[in-house]
Amino acid sequence: MTERVLDVKNLKIDFHTYAGDVKAIRNVSFHLNKGETLAIVGESGSGKSVTTRTIIGLLAQNAEIKGGEINFHGKNLLENKEKDWRNIRGNEIAMIFQDPMTSLDPTMKIGQQIAEPLIKHKGVSKKEAWDKALEMMKAVGIPNAEKRINQYPHQFSGGMRQRIVIAIALICEPEILLADEPTTALDVTVQAEILDLMKSLQKRVKTSIIFITHDLGVVAGMADRVAVMYAGEILEYGSVDEIFYNPQHPYTWGLINSMPTLDSEELDSIPGTPPDLLDPPKGDPFAPRNKYAMKIDIEQKPPYFKVSDTHYAATWLLHPDAPAVTPPPEIQRRQKKYAEMIKKGKLN
Amino acid sequence: MTKYLLKRIFYMLLTLFIVATATFFLMKAMPGSPYANEAKMTLTQRHIMDQQYGLNKPVIVQYLIYLGGMFKGDFGTSFQYANQSVSSLIMPRLGVSMQLGLQAMILGVVLGALLGAIAAVKRGTWVDSTSTVIAIIGRSIPNFVLAVILQYYIGLKLGWFSIAGWGSFSQTILPTIALAVGPMAETERFVRTSMVDNMSQDYVELARAKGFSRMEVVRKHVMRNSMIPIVTLLGPYTVALMTGSMVIENIFNIPGIGEQFVKSILTNDYPTIMGVTMVYSIGLVVVLLITDIIYGLIDPRIRLQGSEA
Repeated sequence: MTERVLDVKNLKIDFHTYAGDVKAIRNVSFHLNKGETLAIVGESGSGKSVTTRTIIGLLAQNAEIKGGEINFHGKNLLENKEKDWRNIRGNEIAMIFQDPMTSLDPTMKIGQQIAEPLIKHKGVSKKEAWDKALEMMKAVGIPNAEKRINQYPHQFSGGMRQRIVIAIALICEPEILLADEPTTALDVTVQAEILDLMKSLQKRVKTSIIFITHDLGVVAGMADRVAVMYAGEILEYGSVDEIFYNPQHPYTWGLINSMPTLDSEELDSIPGTPPDLLDPPKGDPFAPRNKYAMKIDIEQKPPYFKVSDTHYAATWLLHPDAPAVTPPPEIQRRQKKYAEMIKKGKLN
Repeated sequence: MTKYLLKRIFYMLLTLFIVATATFFLMKAMPGSPYANEAKMTLTQRHIMDQQYGLNKPVIVQYLIYLGGMFKGDFGTSFQYANQSVSSLIMPRLGVSMQLGLQAMILGVVLGALLGAIAAVKRGTWVDSTSTVIAIIGRSIPNFVLAVILQYYIGLKLGWFSIAGWGSFSQTILPTIALAVGPMAETERFVRTSMVDNMSQDYVELARAKGFSRMEVVRKHVMRNSMIPIVTLLGPYTVALMTGSMVIENIFNIPGIGEQFVKSILTNDYPTIMGVTMVYSIGLVVVLLITDIIYGLIDPRIRLQGSEA
């Protein structure tokens, strides 16, 4: 069995607001294997970012962790004091943010911003840190690094800035890299470059990545495993092939169906809006928007049904007593391809 | 950078020339004359006096003579104090005013920045509210009212400092406080707003994710970024302290340039008015230049635009 670097169990987080307590994360469990990339997909407000922020201990002031544990190195991170977090952040767990245009200090030299975590965590001299920062800038593919190291963020383009943010995150060679929509703010060609860079650096630094995105297209090329999040819950998780070619939850069907492909003429969308988490639904949270929903979906929360050793989905459709349903044509096409792939032994 | 500086200095000189010209002609347009007993003077007396002070020449000639003198650093002779050159009248007083102004500016800006920073870090607590109340009070009370209050309670009732006069350092304390409260209050507000704004920026989040504590992030990143608006304030403060000191110098009977300015206007002492105006203007344009240079030092974005232009 592969080694787990991170194990999140039954995480529950509420946000206190004037309107009441928003139950943003409701019983989320997942794990991260060493060296892999786990993608967490879902639409805005599904709790993806909150989950990653919990892992690095940077939740908003009004958040309250109601339960669960996050095990890292045999320790529950949720029991950390602020001081413990400071030793972990940027050192063992690092984070890349969404908008590279605003995530760098406009008045500090790039080199210093990259070197900062190294001086903080590894106790190296300024000179050494500076040299390492230069090396890192070259590693993330910034041309003319010797000159650029003395420049300021406004002298860099968005893509270059995201490379710098990646350099900052990886300079201490963290075990876990949290990437919160790192390419969303970039244009598509630059996106591809950044993703390639992350993949090559992942091998070099031997880090495990949790990749947050709402873009399934990005997931396909990036992730080893995928967790589909909706309304503060994980509805389905599995290997990237299992999620893309053999999805089981109607929400995953909807997501894949609304993804443009080369021959799609019209894009499907999922009708309705996500539920109000001030008063979360009792059963399957996707039931109100789900045309395949049964009575039990509204009344009772489905457990995770096992599809394979690595693939689980929380939908009553997988219950032995459930009626057979016909998934959307695109999903059927994919499932057929999946069956062929298994036959040819392309999947392990 | 050199090119930029030269350009700036040229504009400074141009500004000063315009100020000198405008002041000269406006002053000439003012009613009244420099003579104390104009009504009792005979025409001959008047002619003799005019000749002595060069007031019989056409205005434009007077202007040219004045400009010529100014280039040589000669502001002429005071009407009010016979045989005393304007420079010798202003210079000792300038030192006094500069000391007072600088003391007030440093006290105000440093204290204000400190209060603002604490308020921002402790946002939403009683510390923040207290700091806000202090700022509102400081901003609302005119400095001449505060001056009188300080004189009465601290000077007279408590007897800690002398009520007026100039000489020892302790005599500078009350006028410095009176002058500093306005800038302090304003700096407090600006720094607080700027820091609160900066603390919600993404780069702060990234700095936190690097493993820095809140205070470390404030010290290493937020402070510097929050200083930018304060630099902007330095120019207006200089003006405020110059003009504000006219009143304060009068209240505390301080032999500064402001007090002299008020006297010279009341007596139509043309050369002195011109001299003081020019000193004020030079002070202001120099401060504005310094402000722009500091701006560039703090914010690299501005520095580059300047040198590339």
